[in-house]
Amino acid sequence: MIPVEYYIILSAILFAIGVAGVLIRRNALIIFMSIELMLNAANLAIVAFSSVFNSFSGQVFVFFVIAVAAAEVAVGLALIVEIFKTKHSIDVDQMSSLKG
Amino acid sequence: MTINLILFLVLAVIAVATALGMLTSRNAIYSALFLVLNFVTVAVFYLLLGAPFIAMAQITVYAGAIMVLFLFVIMLLGAERLPDSRVLPWQKPLAITLAVVLALESAYLLWTKARPAGNVLPPGDEINTVETLRALGMTLFNDYLLPFEVTSVLLLVAMIGVIVLVRREKGGQKS
Amino acid sequence: MQLSETVHTGFFFLAPWLVFAPVIGLLINIIFGGRFSEKAIGTVASLASGASFVVSVLLAWSLAAGHGAAVTVPFLEWIHIGSLELDWAFRVDSLSTTMMLVVSGVGTLIHIYAIGYMHEDVRFKQDPGRFRRFFVFLNLFIAMMMILVSGDSYLMLFVGWEGVGLCSFLLIGFWYEMDTLGRPSWANSNAAVKAFVTNRVGDFGFLLAAFTMFWAFGSFQFDEVFEAAHAVAPGVIVAITLFMLIGVAGKSAQIPLYVWLPDAMAGPTPVSALIHAATMVTAGVYLVTRSAELYMLVPQAQYIVAMTGAITALFAATIAVGQYDIKKVLAYSTISQLGFMVAAVGMGAFVAGMFHLVTHAFFKALLFLSAGSVILGLERGHHHAERAHGHGDEHGKGKKGKHALSKAAGKKSESHDEHEVFDPGDMRNMGGLRKTMPITFWLYMIGTLALAGIVPFAGFWSKDEILLDAKLHYPTVYVLLSIAAFFTAFYMGRQIWMVFFGEPRHEAAAHAEESKPIITVPLMVLAALSLLGGALNLPFEGFHQLGHWLEYTLKEVEALPLNLQVAGISTLLALFAIFLSWLIYGRNPLRAGQPDPLKKPLGFIFTGMENKWFVDEGYFAVIINPFKKLSQFLADVIDWRFWHDWFHETVIAGTYNWLSNTALNVYADQKGIDAFANWLGTATQSLSGALRKVQNGFVRSYALSVLLGVVLILGYLIVK
Repeated sequence: MIPVEYYIILSAILFAIGVAGVLIRRNALIIFMSIELMLNAANLAIVAFSSVFNSFSGQVFVFFVIAVAAAEVAVGLALIVEIFKTKHSIDVDQMSSLKG
Repeated sequence: MTINLILFLVLAVIAVATALGMLTSRNAIYSALFLVLNFVTVAVFYLLLGAPFIAMAQITVYAGAIMVLFLFVIMLLGAERLPDSRVLPWQKPLAITLAVVLALESAYLLWTKARPAGNVLPPGDEINTVETLRALGMTLFNDYLLPFEVTSVLLLVAMIGVIVLVRREKGGQKS
Repeated sequence: MQLSETVHTGFFFLAPWLVFAPVIGLLINIIFGGRFSEKAIGTVASLASGASFVVSVLLAWSLAAGHGAAVTVPFLEWIHIGSLELDWAFRVDSLSTTMMLVVSGVGTLIHIYAIGYMHEDVRFKQDPGRFRRFFVFLNLFIAMMMILVSGDSYLMLFVGWEGVGLCSFLLIGFWYEMDTLGRPSWANSNAAVKAFVTNRVGDFGFLLAAFTMFWAFGSFQFDEVFEAAHAVAPGVIVAITLFMLIGVAGKSAQIPLYVWLPDAMAGPTPVSALIHAATMVTAGVYLVTRSAELYMLVPQAQYIVAMTGAITALFAATIAVGQYDIKKVLAYSTISQLGFMVAAVGMGAFVAGMFHLVTHAFFKALLFLSAGSVILGLERGHHHAERAHGHGDEHGKGKKGKHALSKAAGKKSESHDEHEVFDPGDMRNMGGLRKTMPITFWLYMIGTLALAGIVPFAGFWSKDEILLDAKLHYPTVYVLLSIAAFFTAFYMGRQIWMVFFGEPRHEAAAHAEESKPIITVPLMVLAALSLLGGALNLPFEGFHQLGHWLEYTLKEVEALPLNLQVAGISTLLALFAIFLSWLIYGRNPLRAGQPDPLKKPLGFIFTGMENKWFVDEGYFAVIINPFKKLSQFLADVIDWRFWHDWFHETVIAGTYNWLSNTALNVYADQKGIDAFANWLGTATQSLSGALRKVQNGFVRSYALSVLLGVVLILGYLIVK
């Protein structure tokens, strides 16, 4: 019997690693992967709670998250490809034209 | 120390290790592969939590489709590695510090404030997999039918959007 | 129109038509006159005036039928303020009807005369468009004069008084852009202003009298004033009557305010006859007669009035001797005769004064109009002569044309007249007109004899009555008036000899032509009146018609019998004066260019007469020039330098400028408000300059801030 807190802590650690990935890495693809990692961490927490409360709503929610993530990845990767075509780089620091 | 707990800890170490591996790998392809491993361990956690359908969806959608897509793009762009950059020198330590603080804070909060009563049910005899799946299906297609259909429209829109984004205009000009 | 209870019988209800007939006439001429011929305009105006005369006759008849009881015809409520109730009411009594008959009768004759006179005058002056204006003014004058004589209160009288003053001004300045000879100049206009301003001085006296009256009696109404007058201190009455005398001196041209009347001859001759001889100038005499009850109360004031009149009579008569202008002689004669009238009414001989007023209106109108006929005759002769020389037309036009006026009018006349401008009014240009203008000559003779006081002409009877009264009450006045009468006969004789006898001294006189019947016929009527006017009040028992008539209005009328001593002396004096004038002017007629024969023997005295005893110059030196200097001082120093330059420019504008430029602009605005506003702008700029560095464009640092926010919020949740 594993206490649900373990899952929560694991989920928090994975999420923090994802956040760090977004902030540290300059490679747009790896930032994107970090976002996927954060989604997974969140999903893990949801499923853990779902198991504790013995409810399927959490699982259904995770299912939707996975679906939306798929769509997101499709669009995001297409954008990255387009950016690469114009900038010939996927370094997010190069995309600083919004500088004030 | 039950067998379940040992299994959890091992898997947890693997998950954290692969996540850190993704974070630190210089090569984007390594990162992608670490992430696949991570996803697989998370899928195992789902099984442990008595959610076999989500575990399967995780394997097929994330570890399969999405990560394959990532690898395709990495290789297509040939942008596995980026040259070093001197911009934002304080970003890295600050980000790590904040991330650690975030992890501690959220863990503490979840631990103290959102603590549910009881433990996670173990997989095994108590859970009838078939029954579970049936119940999930009933929930999905009764209570959440409309969001389900909306999701399908969302996927369609994403598909069309992607096609419009990357499509080349006739005469070689991008729209 | 309200008909009062008091109107029982007769035509009293017609009284307002005295005023409204001429008003309607002038309105017709103003509105439709533009389409009328000259004859139609003149006819309308004459009919309007004639209608007034008819109304006057009907009123007089009604009054006689009612045994002379004064009737008041209320007409309009005018001003009602508190206890002050001023209504426009017509007072019909024997005194006012006498004045009405004279004004409208003589006025109508002069209207008819003016049709002929103005027809030629506007052509000599090259502006036929003014024909209509003249008759509008004349009708207005009749209306105003009627208001004056028919008013029931001093205030209505004053309305008419001012109205006729206005008409006088308008008509003196009728040819406002030229002088009497038709040269461009402001002379006529100045004469009009002089008349108006001098009259204002008199009107001021009248107003003071009216105010005092209201203060003392609380009313302006004649009857109420007279009734209340017995109850107040004599000092008040003296004040009222003497203030009134100032008004009389202004309007009736007495010393010291007579100076405007000679200049008023700048107006067309019918105006001189009607306004400045026969009617308006007698308003003062009428006023004193009307106020008889007041004057009777204060003998001191009466004495002053009588002496004013007597001195004026003599003074003006001496000036008349030295004048060369035919109308100026008559003007001074008018002043002199007005002096007779004022002296008469001042002495309390109101009937005599009114009698002389009436006869004087006849013969002085006759003389003026005849003089106008003479002037026209000379104008005609002048044109005839010039045409004969073959350069008449362009000269005539050049002389009479309406030049643009300029201040340099005097210069202009010098430069553009190689030969002397012909003055048709100068007696030195005349002579021998007896042959060329016989009708005018005889008419003029009648007028002269009437004025000189020769039996049996009207002037003899009226003047004699005055002299008789004077002899009985005021010997000094009698002496003065007798001498004046002597001078009167002398200057009139001088005039007759100079104008009608001898040889023509100018081409124009030689070619003078007689006037048309429209001019001569009214003169004949006036001549008949001058001849027979004495019959109004013959000094024989049973013949005091005017005296009895006026007795209805004036109390204590004494009917004096003929005093052969007085009559004989005055007649002898007059005959001697005429003989003397024959000796000087008739026996050896004046030749062209010869100076006046009196100049040598009389020396500086004649120079004084010639120059009107330098009264105008004296007024200029004593009053007008100091006044001008004072106004100059006030305008230049007080107003401009002190008030404008110093006070306004320096004090107000300077303070304001300092306040606005230095205090408010520099300190309050620039260093206060502007600085604050600028600081706001600069501060915002630097703040945003600092803040824009946050927007470094790196998406990762934005994400970091988001994370920071998340961490902080979580930390807050924990701490909470």
